[in-house]
Amino acid sequence: MQIAADTVIRFIEGVAARLKQHRDELTQLDSAIGDADHGANLDRGFTAVLAKLPSVADKDIGTILKTTGMTLVSTVGGASGPLYGTAYMRAGTALVDRFEMNEHDLVLALEAALEGIQARGKAKRGEKTMIDAIAPGIDALKAALAAGSEPREAIRLGLAAVEGGVQDTIPLLATKGRASYLGERSIGHQDPGATSALFMAQVLVETLDTLS
Amino acid sequence: MVSLLIVSHSRQLAEGVKEFVGQATNGQVTIIAAGGRDDGGLGTSVDLIIAGLHQAATPDGTLVLVDLMGAVLAVEMALEMTPDVRAQISNAPLVEGAYLAGVEASTGIPLEAVAQAALQARELVKLHQ
Repeated sequence: MQIAADTVIRFIEGVAARLKQHRDELTQLDSAIGDADHGANLDRGFTAVLAKLPSVADKDIGTILKTTGMTLVSTVGGASGPLYGTAYMRAGTALVDRFEMNEHDLVLALEAALEGIQARGKAKRGEKTMIDAIAPGIDALKAALAAGSEPREAIRLGLAAVEGGVQDTIPLLATKGRASYLGERSIGHQDPGATSALFMAQVLVETLDTLS
Repeated sequence: MVSLLIVSHSRQLAEGVKEFVGQATNGQVTIIAAGGRDDGGLGTSVDLIIAGLHQAATPDGTLVLVDLMGAVLAVEMALEMTPDVRAQISNAPLVEGAYLAGVEASTGIPLEAVAQAALQARELVKLHQ
């Protein structure tokens, strides 16, 4: 599977559109266990990213992703700014000077993004965060590729694991982020950060599905 | 003298703490407020925090006080991006921590001691029963 820089641009445009579309849903989830700003914050951040994309349209994938990350850091205004900002910046660092990538590069970039989120948030799996969506997805993607699945099939299996990971956040007790202030009352709610990560994973799969 | 950087999700809250501690310390301590987003809305801004770190910068160092834990991520990111600035983040509650830190900083003690003083705010008792 060959993924070109313009595909990465389409992915980011798609994420911006998806997050705008689900802005209220994310904010609703966040009002239950956070400070009710996740949807609005990400929409603000990715709207700013959209405005920056023309300036990197002819640049390498690393530059596109790093610009996305830095813009998120500057504009999101909530904890998801440093978290997703670091994720995109680290993914960009993994793909510096590259104008094309394959499924193995994608795995490396996703792993770099996850490591960035874990380092920034000092969080690990099972703490009711976006990590609980992203980490199982990467695991499933890697396992499928290692088992010889076609890249597109492997990526779909990864998405299924992300969906499962989001559902699995519902019974978890939050110990990181604003939701942890609620203690036991955080149990029973789907994590907004895991949900926004799912939207990004959906757009990734849909974008890669359009490749011939 | 150690300076203070007040980081809050609210611009007004950060300004209020700055005003309050500024009065308690007779304006002797440099206190910079970095509250809210760039556009003034509720949230934190890494850019504003970086600007605040530069404004507060002194060879003696800056103690950074935050309101809620989300702000910690923004401050940590800002600190990574300003390696030339000597600063550390405090785990103290914002108002009491800033108050104690300001009063102690005004006596000219080092950053480590100011940070220690701010942490004592975690044990302050307001109600005596």
